[in-house]
Amino acid sequence: MAYAQPHPRLSVVSTSSQSSSIDHLSPTTSSTRFSLPSTNKPGPNRPNIYDRNLNKTRASEVSAAAFAFLFSEIIQYTQKRVSGINDLERQLNTLGYRIGTRVLELLVWRTEGSSKTPKRETKLLSVLMMIHTKVWKAVFGKPADAIERSVENPDEYMIIDNDPPIERHISVPRDMSQLSCSSFSAGIVEAVLDGLSFPARVTAHNTPNSQSPNRTTILIKLEKVVLEREELLK
Amino acid sequence: MAIFGLWVINKAGGLVYQRNFADGLALLTSNEYLVLAGTLHGIHAITSRLSPMGSSSGVQVIEGESFKINIFLTVTGTKFVLLTSLSDTTAEVVLQRVYDIYADAVMKNPFHTPEMPIRSEGFDTRIGTLIGTGQT
Repeated sequence: MAYAQPHPRLSVVSTSSQSSSIDHLSPTTSSTRFSLPSTNKPGPNRPNIYDRNLNKTRASEVSAAAFAFLFSEIIQYTQKRVSGINDLERQLNTLGYRIGTRVLELLVWRTEGSSKTPKRETKLLSVLMMIHTKVWKAVFGKPADAIERSVENPDEYMIIDNDPPIERHISVPRDMSQLSCSSFSAGIVEAVLDGLSFPARVTAHNTPNSQSPNRTTILIKLEKVVLEREELLK
Repeated sequence: MAIFGLWVINKAGGLVYQRNFADGLALLTSNEYLVLAGTLHGIHAITSRLSPMGSSSGVQVIEGESFKINIFLTVTGTKFVLLTSLSDTTAEVVLQRVYDIYADAVMKNPFHTPEMPIRSEGFDTRIGTLIGTGQT
């Protein structure tokens, strides 16, 4: 049986359901736990999400408010299960990573899927540009604001977003000021780079300036093999 | 026209946010504000019971000689209270905008605990840009 262990999420919804039967986990009965009735049931006029055309990018936008609440819950849920800020950032990174692998797959399919001679990005700079524009547009609906190369370290690149949409309503308390919730976006970037065989460690940092208090830098530290390969390709 | 202060009262009657804008009202200690907010919560509960025409949403404006108290009740029971001068006509609009900001900057913030005092930088700055010094 797949769910022999109580699902960890149940401990949050209600502690009493720990001992109850497995019925709670089936989607048919789970709706009783929520006060709102589900009005978006797939009907004849509303196709199931899996039946929709993957290539339709217009009119398939997600409500930013709904996502803001979901992301807020994700952070609260994760925060209860970690010790310290570094751990929290790592968890958010892991969650983003799972999205990034899918984003890459979908983007490649959308742009090259119908092509007779499908291409793949192999140069570092074009990969970074693709993340800066295409990935950002697909995930956040706008391109990132800047892309920079570190002066001191040749293996470090930075993608800068002046106002990350996922952080717009988040105010990090002062005692956690080094936390950047964009670690989630960093995870997405890491997955896309990994998927294209550019292994790197990606982290997010708050770098506010006077015009944009939410300015965030996604720092990409590439692994040595990437730079060596880049030299050979020149 | 002036806006003197803003209070946010949670559904249990506790004061979760208090901020002064224009000068003019007597400054009180935070404990006194807490007591006043609790009293206002009680008055509001009484007025919502007194209505001769069936159910009522309670008192909306209390007018004094030199100022008035505008109360905005949300469906979830949170109250936004705006202390303004008598001539002020913007209170209703301002309170609606405060509610918008509250929904965005407080309820979507993972570091806010519902029904607890609001300590969100985003809420502070956005209220600041909305009301400013309280003078129009």
